[in-house]
Amino acid sequence: MGVKEKLEDLLKQGIEEINTSQDVKAVEEIRVKMLGKKGPLTAVLRGMKDLSKEERPLVGKFANQVRDELTTAIDEKRASLASAMLNAKLAAETVDVTLPGRPVVQGQPHVIQQIIDQLVDLFSAMGYQVAVGDEVEQDEYNFERLNLPKDHPARDMQDTFYVTPQVLMRTQTSPMQARMMETHDFSKGPLKMISPGKVYRRDTDDATHSHQFHQVEGLVVGEHVTMADLKGTLEVVAKTLFGDQLEVRLRPSYFPFTEPSVEADITCFNCLGKGCAICKQTGWIEVLGAGMVHPNVLKMSGVDPDRYGGFAFGLGPDRFAMIKYGVEDIRDFYQNDVRFLSQFNQKG
Amino acid sequence: MKVSYQWLNKYLPLEEKGIKPAELAEKLARTSVDINDVYSPMTGLKKLVVGQILSFEPHPDSDHLKVCQVEVGEDKPLQIVCGAPNVTAGKKVIVALNGARIKDNVKIKRGKIRGVESNGMLCALQEIGFADKVAPKDYSAGIWFLPDEAEVGAPVYPYLGMDDTIIDTDLTPNRGDMLSIFGNVKDLAAIYDLPSQFTTHQVEENGQGQVADQLAAKVVDDDLADAYELRLVEGLKVADSPLWLQTRLWNAGIRPVNNVVDVTNYVLLKYGQPLHAFDYAKLPAKELTVRLAKEGEQLTTLDGEERTLSANDLVVAAGDQAVALAGTMGGAATMVDDATTTVALEAAIFNPIRVRKQARRLDLHSESSIRFERGINPQTVRQALDEAAYWLQTLAGGKVVPGVVVAKEADQTAKEITIALSRVNHVLGTALTGDEVTAILDRLGFTVKPVDADQMVVSVPARRWDIDLPADLYEEIARIYGYDNIPSTLPTMARTLGGLNPRQARLRASRRILEGLGLNQAISYSLTTEKRAAQFQIAANALPAMKLDYPMSVEHVATRMSIVSGLLGDVAYNHARKVANVALYEQGRIFRPQAGQERPLEEEHVAGVLSGALPAANWQTPAVAVDFYLVKGIVEQYLKNMAVAGEVTYVADASRAEMHPGRTANILLDGQLIGFLGQVHPVVAKEYKIPATYVFELNLAALLDAPTRDKHYDHISRYPAVTRDVALLVDKEVTNQELVAVIKKRGGAFLKEVTLFDLYTGSRLPAGKKSLAYTLTYQAQDATLKEAEVNAAFDKVVHALETECKAEIR
Repeated sequence: MGVKEKLEDLLKQGIEEINTSQDVKAVEEIRVKMLGKKGPLTAVLRGMKDLSKEERPLVGKFANQVRDELTTAIDEKRASLASAMLNAKLAAETVDVTLPGRPVVQGQPHVIQQIIDQLVDLFSAMGYQVAVGDEVEQDEYNFERLNLPKDHPARDMQDTFYVTPQVLMRTQTSPMQARMMETHDFSKGPLKMISPGKVYRRDTDDATHSHQFHQVEGLVVGEHVTMADLKGTLEVVAKTLFGDQLEVRLRPSYFPFTEPSVEADITCFNCLGKGCAICKQTGWIEVLGAGMVHPNVLKMSGVDPDRYGGFAFGLGPDRFAMIKYGVEDIRDFYQNDVRFLSQFNQKG
Repeated sequence: MKVSYQWLNKYLPLEEKGIKPAELAEKLARTSVDINDVYSPMTGLKKLVVGQILSFEPHPDSDHLKVCQVEVGEDKPLQIVCGAPNVTAGKKVIVALNGARIKDNVKIKRGKIRGVESNGMLCALQEIGFADKVAPKDYSAGIWFLPDEAEVGAPVYPYLGMDDTIIDTDLTPNRGDMLSIFGNVKDLAAIYDLPSQFTTHQVEENGQGQVADQLAAKVVDDDLADAYELRLVEGLKVADSPLWLQTRLWNAGIRPVNNVVDVTNYVLLKYGQPLHAFDYAKLPAKELTVRLAKEGEQLTTLDGEERTLSANDLVVAAGDQAVALAGTMGGAATMVDDATTTVALEAAIFNPIRVRKQARRLDLHSESSIRFERGINPQTVRQALDEAAYWLQTLAGGKVVPGVVVAKEADQTAKEITIALSRVNHVLGTALTGDEVTAILDRLGFTVKPVDADQMVVSVPARRWDIDLPADLYEEIARIYGYDNIPSTLPTMARTLGGLNPRQARLRASRRILEGLGLNQAISYSLTTEKRAAQFQIAANALPAMKLDYPMSVEHVATRMSIVSGLLGDVAYNHARKVANVALYEQGRIFRPQAGQERPLEEEHVAGVLSGALPAANWQTPAVAVDFYLVKGIVEQYLKNMAVAGEVTYVADASRAEMHPGRTANILLDGQLIGFLGQVHPVVAKEYKIPATYVFELNLAALLDAPTRDKHYDHISRYPAVTRDVALLVDKEVTNQELVAVIKKRGGAFLKEVTLFDLYTGSRLPAGKKSLAYTLTYQAQDATLKEAEVNAAFDKVVHALETECKAEIR
């Protein structure tokens, strides 16, 4: 058998062995066996010196060709085996993607806090400052300065926790009206403020009454503030909290510290005005009280009622949360059942 | 007030104009006063007709039942078994036919009563929905008799006024004028721009002599009453009132009693003027005096209660004897009864504050007292008195003695208020013309005199005593003009920079941090028990907690001085409901009474509680029970995020009785106590009915006042870090904080970080010893550290630990 035939056999045998090998190790063994220093190809090349001058380049060329072909076949086989191995490994790593994820703990703001924050953000953006008052107030600021002298019948509207005849748990966030007005320098511009916080009433706790709840007082006093501005502002509040499709209507009401005084209703979110059990078939839900600041209140805080005027409103975050989420018992807000608190986890 | 639509319709062309009750109520709500309810007394009732009892005989198997034959306009009379004691042949009665619906939707069916067929039911008013306190006769008195002229077989409702619609209004304190049919008619006339046909009755004085000879009255102090007038009516025959009058009363929720009492109540409803009728014969003296009560003075009121009066109570006295609590309730001794023939009728305006106070003090709120509290129309005092006399004449055969005793006459002067059109529009944001404003005020019955193109003087009649100021008139104009017609705008004024101030922004950030750390925000009650109010204070306040003067419940009597105690209540609430894993925080005020201060210091605090496991067990990881080091980790991260600049240290503390003495640390900021953390004392936990619970509380106000770290960037070294581990055997009493302090102090310039990686306290150690192991990380900013440099620095630390902490290097 000539050298060329030997090489051809070698190539044929090598390719066959490569093709039938099962793993990377076997392929490596073929490489060592075929192409190694002790391998047949090396032996053929070593025997080249015995060839004639004419044959030597031809056989040399062919031998190189055989070596290249085998090398390529080995590389390809090795790559395909590696890829198959990887695929097998990945297949073995398959997980059940429907198993639950490992819980990551995260707390939520209290639902009432969420409403308050929403209101604070809304009014902040409209240029209102935030003024937080004390929860233990003087009778003077909680009542008298709000046009509610002692023995005023409207005091019956709010049962009060007194500490002494002069000191009480504030029944409303309205004392901040007087406290802010008496310190505000109106020559530097209008006063626009909201005051969120806890308030207290001498009530027996039940599904709709709580001796502690929250209010967000709002006050705008300037040289040109109208009832139309109040209406527009309340519409913005209602739409921000409850949605664009709802309407606001005002009804006459009475608060000693505003005149005119109004109660604001929004379209019932549940039936969109058609009438249902939630709105007692009226199509409307009462959400807040408001009005134009009473001239006596301005006067008592040293503000000239002939020059300045404004509006005030009181928002009830507890009531808003009850309306917005359909919470039926106000006590749920203060008992802090974890299952209740963690429900309100929607962001944005 | 329960306002009858039919009564209103007598004075206003409501039906004629197609104004239905529901629409009227809606209009009132939008323009005048709030509405509680709109209802018809006959709602839910079915198949109730007029019947006539033809005959009856005793039930064979009962000693009280009767078998009645009742004509109801059908082919033949119905046989109905009835147990009422007053069954009378010939009487017209209320018959519930087979298939009828009576009170509470009860269905009446044909059936047998003790073996005798009964085809319906004869009804008492209580059985067709009348409340016990309104029905004229007790239920035990038996069935109700309809007037003889009632048409047999016709529905009963019109005869009883049950086809009326009642508009139940809910008044704000300023609209006392709406507590009468008169006031409602006036307001509705203005709202709908309708003519009012309100009719009054004048009295013809047909009695003998002069009232002045038989009766006198005085008001001892001007402040006690604004009006006090009396009439005398003689020759009365006390009897039942006619049905139309009873109907007016019961539809308004007032129980008919007899013609004299009913007339006073009718006038009260019509004019809002409470009247009182004294039995003239029983008056101990014929001079009535409005005065303050003497402290301890006794008076037995109409309800039979003996009342001990205070010096602030307002009474009407005859001679020196109190005979009525003025405006609140009459006295039993002078009350009208069946034998009464002469009454002294009183129409007054009593001091509203005094009436309100005594009604509250004695818990005696009546139709009279609520009206006196809210004011009485000075313009109708006399008219009401006269009309009452007229009805006593007409309905009870009374003779009205000529003359009126006037102790004080009401001031009926109209109020003049000047308003400017420009101001009206300025306040309301409207563009009303002078004519429009004048037309509105005219509808209200106010007269307008223009002063110039802008100003006008408005004359407000005394019947609207709630109106005093221009602002009150702006409200009248706004509501009649319609709030819906007022435009919606936003304030246009100089720009103001609103928003949270830095302190408020950090308060919000504080909440966000704790939520990020896995705690839900709780809001608990600030008012708690005295005991809980004083528990878990960061630093015990010198004074006890502030207490309410007149609390509502024993659970809420004092203001809290810590937040933790409230949070533990929340843990208990959850624990009782089998919610085992609780991680809550709360941020809010605590209240610390200060010597010499009226009000307590309100301090912003933040606190947290952890109970159960965090995180809870899941399919991959077992539950991690909360412990001291979890709550500490949360506090450490919180303080890092709050960026306090000072040095925070934790010092073991056993001073708080509510805390575990071995698992509590005070938290100090630059040596100042700002909070604590640790485990709740097991005994206290038991009192709260909670499992092992870990808490922290921080004085947030102090944190906010403390300087914060500058916001700056630390260059990250490009050169490799080198670590050295050291394990130390030390006495048990030596703290981590001491060891770390020594390591840091002696660590040299390149020591970047000290990390505890192991703590061993097992039995293989010598008694009283523990082992701690730390990794020290060295790194330079500008060069790769040499082995020798690190070794030298590390040796110094080791030496210091050996000498300063008596540590044995393991």
